[in-house]
Amino acid sequence: MTVALASFVRTSGDVSSLDLVIGGARCGGCLAKIENGLRSQPDVTEARMNLSTARLHVAWHGAADRADGFAQNLQDMGFSAGPYIPDIADAADRAQSRKLLLAMAAAAFGLMNVMILSIAVWSGGSEMSAATQSLLHWLSAAIALPIAAFSGRPFFASAWQALRAKTTNMDVPISLAIILACGLSLWETWQGQEHTYFDAALMLVFLLLVGRVLDARLRARTGLAARQLAALQVHNARRITDDNRVETVPTTELAPGDIVVVASGERIPADGVVISGESRLDAALVTGETALQKVGPGDALYSGTINHGAPLTLEIHKASADSFLADITAMVEAGQQTQARYVRLADRAARAYVPVVHSLALLTFVGWLIAGGTPRTAIINAIAVLIITCPCALGLAVPAVQVVAVGRLFAKGVLIRSGDALERLATVRHVVFDKTGTLTQGRIRADVSAIPAPDLALISALSRHSTHPASVALHEFETAASALEVEEVSGQGLRGQVSGHAVRLGQARFVGGVSFDRPGLWARIDAQDPLQIILADPIRGEAQETVNALRAANLTLSIVSGDAAETVENVGDALGIDQVTARVEPAEKLTHISALQNRGIPVLMVGDGLNDAPALAHADASAALVSGTEISRAASDIVLQGDTLAGLPFAIQVARAAKRRVVENFALAIGYNMLAVPLAIFGYVTPLIAALAMSASSLIVTLNALRMRRVGDYEGPSHPGQNERIKKGKAAL
Amino acid sequence: MTSLLWLIPIALILGFSALGTFFWALRSGQFDDLDGDAERMLGDDDFPLT
Repeated sequence: MTVALASFVRTSGDVSSLDLVIGGARCGGCLAKIENGLRSQPDVTEARMNLSTARLHVAWHGAADRADGFAQNLQDMGFSAGPYIPDIADAADRAQSRKLLLAMAAAAFGLMNVMILSIAVWSGGSEMSAATQSLLHWLSAAIALPIAAFSGRPFFASAWQALRAKTTNMDVPISLAIILACGLSLWETWQGQEHTYFDAALMLVFLLLVGRVLDARLRARTGLAARQLAALQVHNARRITDDNRVETVPTTELAPGDIVVVASGERIPADGVVISGESRLDAALVTGETALQKVGPGDALYSGTINHGAPLTLEIHKASADSFLADITAMVEAGQQTQARYVRLADRAARAYVPVVHSLALLTFVGWLIAGGTPRTAIINAIAVLIITCPCALGLAVPAVQVVAVGRLFAKGVLIRSGDALERLATVRHVVFDKTGTLTQGRIRADVSAIPAPDLALISALSRHSTHPASVALHEFETAASALEVEEVSGQGLRGQVSGHAVRLGQARFVGGVSFDRPGLWARIDAQDPLQIILADPIRGEAQETVNALRAANLTLSIVSGDAAETVENVGDALGIDQVTARVEPAEKLTHISALQNRGIPVLMVGDGLNDAPALAHADASAALVSGTEISRAASDIVLQGDTLAGLPFAIQVARAAKRRVVENFALAIGYNMLAVPLAIFGYVTPLIAALAMSASSLIVTLNALRMRRVGDYEGPSHPGQNERIKKGKAAL
Repeated sequence: MTSLLWLIPIALILGFSALGTFFWALRSGQFDDLDGDAERMLGDDDFPLT
């Protein structure tokens, strides 16, 4: 990965500074490793990392072009780095969550002071003179009214918006309860009466704001994960300028008509047509097939495919923003809209809750009038119903659970995109896997168990002269020898001299000594018997365990792949998955998912490629590997870090536990209401009872959420700073 | 009961100063990196005073 960071550097005087987004830093050890590593570089004056936002600030004396060196240092330490690009949505989110925090702090201040005064009134009882009581009430009013007006704004604004759109939401009963509680209390104070609800009004505001702050933190965290992934994806292309120089530009700046060079092993930056060069292309991310395609002048290439042969010169036909990806993107967006139709549990609860509560309050009012109560009693009791049923516990029930659940997943390298993704994940009953790159490693490996080590060393030495994937698969085997007089016969094989032996590597026909119609890769040393090398895309080490764990979690499994039937079936047999579908186009993957959904089965899609993206976006929940394509990760709810599937069962376990906790919390909140509402209707709710009931129910709900911390046990993929502190401790001893 | 006339203003002043401190802390970025600072204080001090 080459990223030209120099253009993101700010300079003032001789001091340059840069903000980077860091991938893979998850603990204090990582933090120390990064900061100390950079500070030890010459001329670096400042290196400070923010672990919550994964942002690193570096400042140094010298030129801007050292930036790429720092990125390289970080990469050597095991972290990925991309430029931090400030974005408006991010700034707005931050401002919003700061506002909520301020409102919560003000509400806490007001609540504590009013509570001091209220406790005096409650415990003073009959011993307190009417004048003192009135003084305390007026003081409470002086504190509570401005604070309620300030801290209640988030609710008032949202309720007003809903009412103007002629709908209701949870904030309507909340705002109503706050305003009525304050209004009633002010009237009672004016009349010199005994009971006021200023403390209840502020407690409502405070507890609900706690829920909102938690929710905002959750959104900041999940949004950050998405942006972080995007920032690490800034890729560069090498463009040829009019005066024949090569310049490095971000792929987003490419325009139709630009000429770019793509070296061997690089990714095609945008859709275009080959002008010169002949090569082989790895289109696995687009088609899902592992076999290479031959390309030459005049061929149209899609962005995202990888050049595996000689350098190619391309003329770009579409800007990267609207290339072949555009079709896929359109499908992804359509899918995401269906996901957006998912109604969050809290909203479903609110829809049932609001009408019931308001009817109860109305009934109370009418009931008391019919029973011969004064209008004042009727109004006080109706308002008491509204205050006591105000969805405090309900407002806390969901965010508290989700913050804990998402926090646990983050710490274990499972990034989740939103709180409702967690809810959707819990409903899943069937898992559809992509094959290439998801269940398998996504690259060809050679099985050389049948080849003697000395021969293997000779073959490996020869293979290093080629970048053909079959040869590349042999590069990993150690050799001290080097090959001479190497000749590559295109489409057939390699031959050369290694340590005095004539070595051939390639097709059976090329190698000789075997009947030439036998498929596969062969090698032959001098005139010995030819050796067969079996090439395969091996199954991931953790795949079997993951599949077993998912099955143990009562999920049915299937594989849908764009690859050939035989390969897909082999993988299915090896893992014990019998529902396999091979040779499918991206759009067919989508139909496959829809078919399951139409039968009423919520589906989790796990994939990594461009061809999986529409299916990922359409499934009820989706997971992608961090090594997958950008678009597949963007279309997914969950991104598994560390290039391992092992986090998937854990994510499902946590999601299900979170859903159980949320439902329990709703049950607790409803149980509380069933106790409290009759008391309120019959006029037994004093301000003291209201305060106790509200705080007790919120506390119980929060404590229940914290039980999420104990769910499941999963190590998580290793991260670079993991053993840093242990090492340090040992060094200190 | 005259003690109330002293104690309530004192309570309010203390409360207000706490609120003011919180506002100041929030604005000066004390809450920007809760995770990082929590970990950082466990790390070794690279420039100990003694």
